[in-house]
Amino acid sequence: MAKRILAVDDSRTMRAMLSQALVEAGYEVDLAEDGAQGLERIAEQVPNLLITDINMPKLDGFGLIEAVRGQKNLRALPILVLTTESAGELKARARKAGASGWIVKPFEEEKLLNAIRMVVA
Amino acid sequence: MTDLRTAFFEECEELLESLADGLSRLEDGADDSETVNSIFRAVHSIKGSAGAFGLDALAEFSHIFENVLDKLREGELTADADLMPLLYQGGDHLSYLVEAANGGVEVEPDRAAALIADLRRTAQGDGFDEDEDASDLSAVDVAAVDSFQPIILDFGLPDLGSVTTQAAQAGPSRFEIRFAPKEELFETGHDPILLFRALGALGPVEAEADLSNLPEFTELDWDRPYLSWTLMLETEASRDAVEGVFEFVADLCELEITAVAREGTGDDPLPPSDDGTPPPDEDDGSDEPGGSDPEDDDSTAAAVEPAVRSEPEAAKPQKKAEAGTVQKANRDTIRVELERVDRLVNIVGELVISEAMLRQAMADSSMSAHGPAANAMGQLRQLSGELQESVMAIRAQPVRGLFQRMSRIVRETLRETKKNARLVSEGEATEVDKTVIERLVDPLTHMIRNAIDHGLESPEKREAAGKPAVGTVTLSAAHRSGRVIIELRDDGAGINRPKVREVAISKGLITAADDLSDAEIDNLLFAPGFSTSEKVSNLSGRGVGMDVVRSEIQALGGRVSISSEWGKGTVFSISLPLTLAVLEGMIVEVAGEKIVVPTTTLRETVRASEAAMHMLGNSERVLSMRDGLVPIVDLGESLGFRGRVSDFSDQSLLLIETDTGQRTALAVDKVYDQREVVIKGLEQNYRQVPGIAAATILGDGRIALIADTDQFTSTGPGTAVAASMGTDLFDDFSDFGV
Repeated sequence: MAKRILAVDDSRTMRAMLSQALVEAGYEVDLAEDGAQGLERIAEQVPNLLITDINMPKLDGFGLIEAVRGQKNLRALPILVLTTESAGELKARARKAGASGWIVKPFEEEKLLNAIRMVVA
Repeated sequence: MTDLRTAFFEECEELLESLADGLSRLEDGADDSETVNSIFRAVHSIKGSAGAFGLDALAEFSHIFENVLDKLREGELTADADLMPLLYQGGDHLSYLVEAANGGVEVEPDRAAALIADLRRTAQGDGFDEDEDASDLSAVDVAAVDSFQPIILDFGLPDLGSVTTQAAQAGPSRFEIRFAPKEELFETGHDPILLFRALGALGPVEAEADLSNLPEFTELDWDRPYLSWTLMLETEASRDAVEGVFEFVADLCELEITAVAREGTGDDPLPPSDDGTPPPDEDDGSDEPGGSDPEDDDSTAAAVEPAVRSEPEAAKPQKKAEAGTVQKANRDTIRVELERVDRLVNIVGELVISEAMLRQAMADSSMSAHGPAANAMGQLRQLSGELQESVMAIRAQPVRGLFQRMSRIVRETLRETKKNARLVSEGEATEVDKTVIERLVDPLTHMIRNAIDHGLESPEKREAAGKPAVGTVTLSAAHRSGRVIIELRDDGAGINRPKVREVAISKGLITAADDLSDAEIDNLLFAPGFSTSEKVSNLSGRGVGMDVVRSEIQALGGRVSISSEWGKGTVFSISLPLTLAVLEGMIVEVAGEKIVVPTTTLRETVRASEAAMHMLGNSERVLSMRDGLVPIVDLGESLGFRGRVSDFSDQSLLLIETDTGQRTALAVDKVYDQREVVIKGLEQNYRQVPGIAAATILGDGRIALIADTDQFTSTGPGTAVAASMGTDLFDDFSDFGV
């Protein structure tokens, strides 16, 4: 069974890029435009991995991660955040919220897939 | 990648719109966090994707701009009169960079040097240096930040550098890795086995689990990690690569990576880094085994690769009942490629033509006009009309984006002319065909530059004239009787008619003897080669005059008119068709050919026998109207269908009037009826023909040409061109199958 990845990003371009790269790599991809929609998707079907942007309308990435981690059965769901900052602050906040790791935008496909392999079997 | 790129630029357009929208709301005093956030996000998203496409200039500028917006978001900056212009300029420059990137245009290097410096300065702020920025973070966060730096793994062994160097030169090196996960590691979705596999990808690994902390089974707390591992890795990879494996978990475990001599065991463990992250809330009763899987624990040494673990329990599908009640997010819009819509538009166009042909055929047959077939026909006609309207509505877009783009032009022009004005937009929600909107950008840009450069006075002059120092430029859109009216109003000086007259005389456009009405003088602005500017301003100049503006609008089936009051201002009014796909036209016949004359310019139809015609000189015929003489053009002759008709008495005369007020009477053999026709471009199928705007297919299946009436007026290039092109056109028609 292909692993299912939910990618949440308010940028259509980003979603398209993620989806293209992930599908090519053999993952099943689900997309959401913001944190709130992301939560809805997760409620419909729990993915094997959540990739989320930080800056988003309605519910941002931190809020999404906190909401996910707040659900007992999702405590072990791997979560990667997409960030444009290689600096530590956002990573630290994401980590505090419960993120597993991060992908720095703009990402190379190889790096994206490597990061995924670090958290998804 | 091309598709993604296209998608990116499409999205950029939207983001820039939302940026502009946000900025104007901000300026209006809305400083709520959602407004500020939407502005920030727009720039942030552009930055995020720009990097991916290698658009470095765009990514870099977005980054600089974003820093300022970030301060705004954090409340360290206020959107006051000092900051707003900077934000607008930032937005404008961002738009410019997007356009440049999209068009593959080289970015002018020094274009925004001052702006960039301003933004940088503003982002740094006076009272905020980098350290203070970090003060938002709690001490805990700061510690966490530090622990993310790979440097924490650099134990500073004196021989480390030489070992790695040596490794690079002389085959594989060995690393001893001591790895003890903390509780948090399992609470953030990590699994040691994945780390081990990643190490395994670098080279052979031997793992040894330390079970010494494992309590009795009955005392086992599932949430707590009891295991730690010592791994020996033999690899060609650098130390960085090995550390990279643990990038995500560096602060979630105790980790030591030691380079060891090939046969030695140079272990020199340093005390583990003190991680200040507070333990997350204890939450017992979790079914997550926390990595301490008893099955694995039996083996004290195991090759990592073969290890297999079951999926985390958490990945089980959710309760079905819940999933069923969760509604899919509502979608108010879908995105469709324009090509698909256009195909639909075309097909509907064909349908309308077929419907007209069917109707014609029924009328020609002896079918009852009240029978069931006729009734069905009536319904079909109504439905196809509605269908056509609905399809056209898909192509319609609000002019908001266009107006926002224009507000940028206004600001740019104000900056360059050192004038002061505000732009008021009205009717932004008015919808117009997408293509019309796109093709309005250039003419409207030019008109706005013109209005500010020539129309608006300097603040001093305005005050002297008793007007507010800040001028007002109003851009409005509205639907009026099946057309779209776009007006550009300024409260500037108005048209200086004596001066316009003077210039026109000096340029030979009119003679000193010509007696012109105010409207005629105003319309001289649209005359080719006219420019009131004493020196060619680099703003409204740019090598095109208002004549180009007019011809661009006419190419859209539109009309532009001007009115002005001295001292009070000027109004440019553009009237456009709602769609480029259909046209309201009068069907006429010349030399056995049916021709469509667009009704936009048609004023009156006169029977020649009842009209007062005169000869001027030997060949010029004119029509005498209440208010003057109007030249008569023989449409059949002008199009080269036949020679001149000597007797006009059987002819009908169509009085047409252009935007400029130029009138011509077109002599045609017969006038049929007025109807909507589906426009078929000649250019795609054939080529552009003087005097002909496009073609259509009539109900009887015949092709009819649509006359470009502006080309038949006396000032247009038309009369001469049409006459000289006539034979050519006539010859070509045989190829065209008409």
